[in-house]
This record gives sequence, structure tokens and C-alpha cells, in this order.
Amino acid sequence: MTAPDLSVSLCGVRLANPLVLASGILGTSAELLERVARCGAGAVTSKSCGPTPRTGHPNPTVLDWGHGLINAVGLSNPGADEEVRILRDAKARLAPLGVPLVASIFAETVQGFGEVARKVAEAAPDFIEVNISCPNVEAEFGRPFAADARDAAAVTAAVRRAVSLPIIVKLSPNVPDIAAIARAVEAEGADAIAAINTLGPGMVIDTDSGKPILANRTGGVSGPAIRPIAVRCVYDVSRAVRVPIIGIGGIMSGRDAVEMIMAGATAVGIGSAVYYRGPEVFAAVREELRGFMETHGYADISQMRGLAHGA
Amino acid sequence: MALDLPTAFRIRDIRDESPTVRTFALDGAIQAEPGQFVMVWLPRVNEKPFSLVDDAPITLTIARVGPFTEAAHHLRVGDRLWLRGPYGRGFDRLARPAVLVAGGYGAAPLAFLARRLRAEGVQVSVALGAKRACDLVLMDRFRDAGCSVHPATEDGSLGHKGLATDVAARLLDANPDAALYACGPEAMLERLARLCSERGMPVQFSMERMMKCGLGVCGSCDHHGLLVCRDGPVFSADQVLGARENSPSPCGQQ
Ligand SMILES: Cc1cc2nc3c(=O)[nH]c(=O)nc-3n(C[C@H](O)[C@H](O)[C@H](O)COP(=O)(O)OP(=O)(O)OC[C@H]3O[C@@H](n4cnc5c(N)ncnc54)[C@H](O)[C@@H]3O)c2cc1C
Ligand SMILES: Cc1cc2nc3c(=O)[nH]c(=O)nc-3n(C[C@H](O)[C@H](O)[C@H](O)COP(=O)(O)O)c2cc1C
Ligand code: FES
Repeated sequence: MTAPDLSVSLCGVRLANPLVLASGILGTSAELLERVARCGAGAVTSKSCGPTPRTGHPNPTVLDWGHGLINAVGLSNPGADEEVRILRDAKARLAPLGVPLVASIFAETVQGFGEVARKVAEAAPDFIEVNISCPNVEAEFGRPFAADARDAAAVTAAVRRAVSLPIIVKLSPNVPDIAAIARAVEAEGADAIAAINTLGPGMVIDTDSGKPILANRTGGVSGPAIRPIAVRCVYDVSRAVRVPIIGIGGIMSGRDAVEMIMAGATAVGIGSAVYYRGPEVFAAVREELRGFMETHGYADISQMRGLAHGA
Repeated sequence: MALDLPTAFRIRDIRDESPTVRTFALDGAIQAEPGQFVMVWLPRVNEKPFSLVDDAPITLTIARVGPFTEAAHHLRVGDRLWLRGPYGRGFDRLARPAVLVAGGYGAAPLAFLARRLRAEGVQVSVALGAKRACDLVLMDRFRDAGCSVHPATEDGSLGHKGLATDVAARLLDANPDAALYACGPEAMLERLARLCSERGMPVQFSMERMMKCGLGVCGSCDHHGLLVCRDGPVFSADQVLGARENSPSPCGQQ
């Protein structure tokens, strides 16, 4: 048998393998994005950037609670102007490696999303990822746009009008019917869907002081504990839409990546596993994925995609 | 044993090192390597990184520089503080005579290192720098561990009048087969890196960056693609220079 082909095409953009660095993990500088690309990622996503600089929440912001992480970083970012500089630098470093760049954005208003998208597009990333699903700024921003099909659609439409780049819309698992949200953003021109953002919000209380540990009190839950929910979300979304899906949530191994692809994902996001296995996780999962395909006789990723949907 | 969630300890002893620096000994122990750090949490205040001065008992030396460290200085014997860790990569202890160079509270991780090196039978000389004699910290710990201590003060109130790096240059000339370990202001580290590269001597230093997670995921402690919390905080001079000159970064611990 010939060696399996791990490459995938996401909206016409080639990824050497389906593994994508998820937003908010090590995506704060051009050098770190380059490092993750050298570590074997098929594509890398920058930390979500908004219109103006934000310092985020005070510490503690990220904890290992025993079965995953919980975080309330609070969308710290340098603002769109500085982000364009970082993304340009990142793009230049990634180009020779053949690793595409996903630029993640957020805003407080529908109009704001369009403006940040237009600004960030100046750096010519390969994709724009629209983060409408951060659970950690509810106190300031109100309910995430991903919680309501009409809001999610309106944001998608605003970004669609602003840029011609492929748009990925990132959904929240914290809704009763994620498929309905997926349909709504597809109808407004989303080219791909990323699912899921963190679960919750959750809370961890220190029993000695009786106080929630995160300074924000609540935070988004990620890592191995949320994988079954992420897999179910991707399964539901892939029944509802035709656009490709980046399946994210609790992926730790090649086996987990296969599971996500069988649920219907075209690409697979990796976030918290960087904590458990280091930045080396990308090459490790890639080789585990390759090994699985060799053992089971899969020639390419598409042969596994959506297998769970069969009779 | 590493602590994943902030865990409460009681303060057993407090010692004033200088007008602005205080050492806290806690009522518990963890297993750590010199150069590793912990994230210290004060509920409703903040959570910040501090080097271990010792792991048994857990000992921290805290300089008062802002709101968190101010709150820490209000703690009394019997009060609690919380910590998680230890995190990061500590010093590689080489089997050669050691020259330690500390600027200000940079003495903290080096005091732990000195104790371990001495226990392993290594000869240790320490250049300890501060503005005035009263600002020199942890001098007794280095002495008690059996190091030869060489203070330097900017006002000349004790030891050499000038910088710790002047003393370091002298110690390096006297110990041509030594290895250098340093922690302090980055200008001092830069100068030491130059001194050592001129002499072809190995040098490791502990660096500081703003930290949020301490876990190697948030990216806030980035230094040219190096994660200070996970790849460091201790780096060799070559690693830091390599990252700055952007020689393609290998994947893992650089
Ligand atoms: C690995 C590591 C080990 C450390 N070990 C010690 C130690 O043993 N003893 C000790 O007293 N301090 C240590 N620090 C520094 C300590 O974490 C900061 O002084 C502390 O966070 C300041 O908090 P604050 O709220 O009191 O002051 P802030 O108002 O937060 O800071 C006061 C000043 O210090 C600067 N600063 C704050 N944190 C950092 C940082 N992480 N890196 C660089 N500059 C910073 C700020 O920009 C500001 O100018 C260490 C830092 C790191 C990263
Ligand atoms: C520390 C941390 C920061 C994050 N920041 C962002 C962010 O800025 N934007 C975003 O869309 N998702 C963010 N996420 C969510 C991740 O991209 C991902 O969707 C989620 O963590 C689930 O994947 P995982 O289980 O592999 O971590 C963050 C997650 C973590 C753990
Ligand atoms: S502090 Fe978060 S990556 Fe180092």
C-alpha cells in the first residue's frame, strides 16, 4: 500500500495535515505561530483580536482542574492595528513552510466585527475566523452572538460584506441546538464552521478559602473532559450544513483526531493538548494519525470523514 | 508531587531581608528543582510567579514592587497563602566550580541552587549586587550553605563599589573552568552573556516575563518564540541569543 495522504483542502486552501492550532493557545506572536508550524501543525490560528487593546482579566486566568483546563483569559489582545503587524510577520514566516494562517477576530457589536475583519484582512491571512462564542466576557459584552441564530447570522453577514477571504465561524456548544446556528451562519455566507469553543462557563471553588479561584469567577472548560460533547456537536453540525468543519475540543491523540473526522470534520483543532503534551503534540498526533491510517488501510482523510453517519 | 490547583499553606516564619524584600517560610514542602517557580495566589487579589528559595520548607523571597507584592507584605505569621506548581525548567547543575551572580531579588532562585550545588560538593562563589548594603538579600543563606560571598554595592557601603558584574568578571578570571548561573535585571544578564562568550564559559540565567497561565498555553510569557514559563525560566545564553537572531526554532524545548 502507498503511504497515506494526510493533506486536506479547506475552502480550496491546502493543509499538509488536518491539525490546526486552536485560537488562544500560543497564538500571541509571529514567532510562536512559526514555532507551532515547525512543530507540525497543518495550519495555525492567531489569538482572537478585537478592535482595541485589552489586558484581559486578572489572574488566575487558566487552571488545570484535574480533567481538563478552565480559562477566563478575557480576550486579552493588542488591538487590530498591532495585530495586523503581527499577522503580516507571521504570514511571512509561515509562507516558506507552506502553513496557512487563520486570523481570529471578535468584537462587541455586529458592525465592529465587520470593521475588525476589514482591518485584519490587510495582513492577507488565509482565513478569517469569527469568534462569536467566547463565554468569558459575558459580564461586559452580554450573551455571546453564538447563542442566537439571528445574532450569529448578522455577524456572519457583516464579515461577509467586509472581506472576500474565506470565513470560518466559530460556534459555541452552550446552546440547545447547535445545528440551527450552523445553518444560519452557512446561509449568510460562512465558508467553514469551527466547533467548538469552550464549554460552560464552569466554576472551580477553592474549599480552603471558599472563593472561586478564577478572578473572573467563571471560565470556559476545555481539554479531554469535553471531547464527547465536541464530537456530538461536530456530528450534529455536519448533518446540518455542507460547508467544511474544523472539529475542536479535547483532541489529545491521533485516535481522537480520527474520531472527530469520523464525526464529519475536515480539519481538527488542537488547543489544551499543548498543555498536556507540549508544542510537540502536533507532530505526535500527526504520526499517530498516519499510523492509524496505515493500520486500517485508509489512503486519505476523506475516506474516514463522516463515517459515523453511515447506517 | 506537583500542585495543579492553588493549595493553601500557612506562613511559619517571616524575615525582613531589606527595606523592601521579605522572605516567607511556609508550613509545607514540595519537590522542585532550583530555578523552578510557583504561581502564588492571594484570593481576591491576584496570582503571580515567584521563584522557590527552597522546597522544604517552601520558601519565597518577595520584593515589594506593586499591588500584589504589597498585599503579600501585609501577611503575618499564621496567615495563609496559596500556590500551584512547581513549573518550568530549572538550572542544569554542571560538575564544575560555580559562579553565581545575583542582582536584587534575583538572589532567590540562586540561593536554592547554591544549597543543592554545595550538597553535591561543588565549590560556589557568589557575586551579590544591590544599591546599598541594606538592599543585599539572602546573604546569610549563601554563607550558611558554604559559599564564598562577594557583595557589590553601587554606593560602596559594603564590598566592591560598583556592579555585581564587575565582581563576576574577577571571579570568572580566577576560575577559568567555572560555569556561571545568574538571575537579575536583563541589562546585567546581557553583560554576563558577553563576559562568558568572550571566555567560552557556559552560562545559564533565569528570566522574567509577564505570566498568566504558567502552563505553556496562553502565550503571554513569549520571548521570541520561547515560553518563559515552560521552556524556561532558566535558559542558556545560546538559547536566548539563538531565538533573538531567529535561527529556525526547533519544535520542542529549545
Ligand atoms: C519566573 C519568575 C520568577 C520570579 N521570582 C520572583 C521572586 O522570587 N521574588 C520576587 O520578588 N519577584 C519575582 N518575580 C517577579 C514577580 O512575579 C513580580 O514582581 C510580581 O508579579 C509583581 O506584582 P505586583 O502586583 O506587586 O506588581 P506589578 O504592578 O504587577 O509590577 C510592578 C513592576 O514590575 C513589572 N513586572 C511585573 N511582573 C513582571 C514579570 N513577570 N516580569 C517582568 N516584569 C514584571 C511591572 O511591569 C511593573 O513595572 C518573578 C517573576 C517570574 C516571571
Ligand atoms: C487558554 C485558552 C484561551 C483561549 N482563547 C480563545 C480565543 O481567544 N478565541 C477562541 O476562539 N477560542 C479560544 N479558546 C478556545 C479554544 O480555541 C478551543 O476552542 C477550546 O479550548 C476547545 O479545544 P481544546 O479542548 O482542544 O482546548 C481558548 C482556550 C483556552 C484553553
Ligand atoms: S504564562 Fe501562559 S504560556 Fe507562559
